[in-house]
Amino acid sequence: MIGATPLAGYLLVAALLFAIGLAGALTRRNAILVLIGIELMLNAANLNLIAFWRYGPHPEALTGMMFAIFSIAVAAAEAAVGLGLVISIYRHTNTAELDKISRMKG
Amino acid sequence: MSPIFYILAVLTLAGGLASVTLKHLVHCALAVTVAFAGLALLFLQLDAQFAGFAQILVYIGAVVILIVFAILLTRGSDLPKEGVFSKTWPVGLLIAAAVFAVLGWAVLQSVRAVPQQAAVPAVTVRDIGIALVGRYVLPLEIVALLLTAATIGAVIVAMHEKVRSR
Repeated sequence: MIGATPLAGYLLVAALLFAIGLAGALTRRNAILVLIGIELMLNAANLNLIAFWRYGPHPEALTGMMFAIFSIAVAAAEAAVGLGLVISIYRHTNTAELDKISRMKG
Repeated sequence: MSPIFYILAVLTLAGGLASVTLKHLVHCALAVTVAFAGLALLFLQLDAQFAGFAQILVYIGAVVILIVFAILLTRGSDLPKEGVFSKTWPVGLLIAAAVFAVLGWAVLQSVRAVPQQAAVPAVTVRDIGIALVGRYVLPLEIVALLLTAATIGAVIVAMHEKVRSR
């Protein structure tokens, strides 16, 4: 049963969210949707960090919390650079569909 | 397990699932907003107030706005004729299912090893601030440098350049 322990419930939700993000990043054609999938995966990892901080032995040390906060900051930087790249690619190739961007194919 | 957890988990997972399956990119951005909000509420449910509000500020306030801007600037609201999923979508789905199977198996195997219940940690925002400028001051400076570099880099990458001859 999922509700065996609270921590296992949160970890399962995070694992499912990670799988959904991975499926989105691997199956969609649009580059922006791939970035959304990556964001979902990063958020699932953050949920894991917070859950381990909450149910870990030393929550007052704030380790997991700090890790999650820095991870949020790095994910924001990654989103800014990624979307800038998508816009730049769109300007060069006039499409954001990943299947059609084949200029580097040998 | 409280019923609030189940409601928030269903909300988050439904938002995530909708954001990767919907056809229109603008609808995907709205669905991912729901997923981010559900995650922020899950953080609050885990007594991590600071992380929850940071999640709302950074993700719903900034990242979703960036995504909407990118969708509109790349004319992503037009539907592609060939469908929204790539030709190799069964492989991707298989990989994602395998990853979830491994993760879920590992979690369920370790259920007995994880702590059952924990007292609510008495951590205030004041403690987080003191830790940020005390023990974690070097990571804080590095993140500040990274954010500056990423902002400049994103502007340079997306900046309009002269049309070059193909």
